Amino acid sequence: MIMAKAKPIEEIINTITDFDKILLAGCNGCVAVCEAGGLKEVQTLASALRIYFSQKGKRPVIDEISLTRQCDKEYLEELKDKMDSYDAVVSLACGAGVQFLAEMFSEKPIFPAVDTCFIGVTQEQGVWSERCQACGQCVLASTGGICPITRCSKRMLNGPCGGSENGKCEISILVNRDVACGWHLIFERLKKLGELERFKEPAEDKDWTVSRDGGPREIIREDVRP
Amino acid sequence: MNSKTPSKLEKILAAGHLAVTSECGPPRNGNASVVQKKAEIIRNHVDAINITDNQTAVVRQCSLAACIRLKLMGIDPVLQMVTRDRNRIAIQSDILGATSFGIHNILCLTGDHQRFGDHPNSVNVFDMDSTKLIQTVRMMRDEGRLLGGYQMEEGRPEMFIGAAENPFADPFEIRVLRLAKKAAAGVQFIQTQCIYNMEKFKLWMKGVCEMGLHEHVAILAGVTPMKNVGMARYMKNRVPGIDVPDPIVKRLAGVPKEKQAEEGINICLEQIAELKEVEGIRGFHIMAIEWEEKVPEIVERAGLYPRPKVE
Repeated sequence: MIMAKAKPIEEIINTITDFDKILLAGCNGCVAVCEAGGLKEVQTLASALRIYFSQKGKRPVIDEISLTRQCDKEYLEELKDKMDSYDAVVSLACGAGVQFLAEMFSEKPIFPAVDTCFIGVTQEQGVWSERCQACGQCVLASTGGICPITRCSKRMLNGPCGGSENGKCEISILVNRDVACGWHLIFERLKKLGELERFKEPAEDKDWTVSRDGGPREIIREDVRP
Repeated sequence: MNSKTPSKLEKILAAGHLAVTSECGPPRNGNASVVQKKAEIIRNHVDAINITDNQTAVVRQCSLAACIRLKLMGIDPVLQMVTRDRNRIAIQSDILGATSFGIHNILCLTGDHQRFGDHPNSVNVFDMDSTKLIQTVRMMRDEGRLLGGYQMEEGRPEMFIGAAENPFADPFEIRVLRLAKKAAAGVQFIQTQCIYNMEKFKLWMKGVCEMGLHEHVAILAGVTPMKNVGMARYMKNRVPGIDVPDPIVKRLAGVPKEKQAEEGINICLEQIAELKEVEGIRGFHIMAIEWEEKVPEIVERAGLYPRPKVE
């Protein structure tokens, strides 16, 4: 799931302060699950903005909606009839949703209300953590199901480095929290699986063309195209 | 072990001598004489000098430029190279540039994370890690090929390939295997992390010898003299991957402040004496951090002077 977190409200206020009719558009997909951009967060943000502007003697129209998803056209189209009534839209979707909204309504100013952070999991209630960097060429089969690209701060394929201590990554000391050494985790897991032999041979070359480094990516599936 | 490259360090090791290397950290400015002055202090007491590559991710004069300076002084430089700041294009380009100046040693490192340094907001590269860098240099040297497949007609690198190894990082069980992996990649010498925990180091070396790795890879034991008890405490508590046992801290704390530097040198000399007896140790890498002037004294008192001559 794509994880996001709310932007500071001051930043959102700055982007919309000159508009009179504003639509806050949430997304019921990933950002709703991580409690950053669903209907509940739309309502909270709308209330906060109304309070702020009324204290400044302004009363802009601030309407609320949350779409099933903002990364699919069919759901964005639900806004078609409404769009003319607004000067600007604040999207609480991930970066993909914000952009798709802007593509569909190209004359309308669209502003993001969240910072999109990573692909991750709900570790526990209120704690989300990263698991995948969408590198485009999954190596989990050879690393005990633990991703070195994501979990190692240096995305090493032949780890761990010399900075791993008590199972913690060397950056722990700098970020004031315990960051697990990804390669320590891989080691423990491979040991359990009886696959430590994997450590003896250097890893294959990583092809970054299928990652971010190859430019914006696209998947075309002729078998499912109309 | 027959030497294959013009590297003086390789020749010293091939002749069966205990090698001595040290390092110079370049300045955080463009001063032309800092590295030269540091190198002059130690040049007659070591076989080769490492130039660090933006160590702890702090911006400094580049390793390659400083290595060229050493080379022009007639010193055998060890080009330290981290994969943090360069992709495979820049890495291979720098190796070719070093080759054009007759630089014949490289130390392949992944590098400290950039958040440690003076530009924590920077992007990191890590197109490859240290093990892959070792493989890359070996391929360029032995096959004359670049990673992209280009076959060099001439001007192949002739590099003695080194790497670091830290027996004190966790998990300990993997540290011998990790050296085995670097050996499989083509590493020929290792400069270890500074050794303070002798017991753990010996345990690691035992594993290294049991696997026969010491026969393919020359292990140079890393030592760093402590200037004072403050440095010992800092290294113990703040530097990841460094293991300073309490008795060392206590020993330094137990002598008056003005005697602590001397005590630090004594500890270092005792370590070298003890390490000389450890099977598989082929030399020493003396990292006297901003304390280069002590290197000649350490080398002499350790019985490692004069340095052997090789052709």
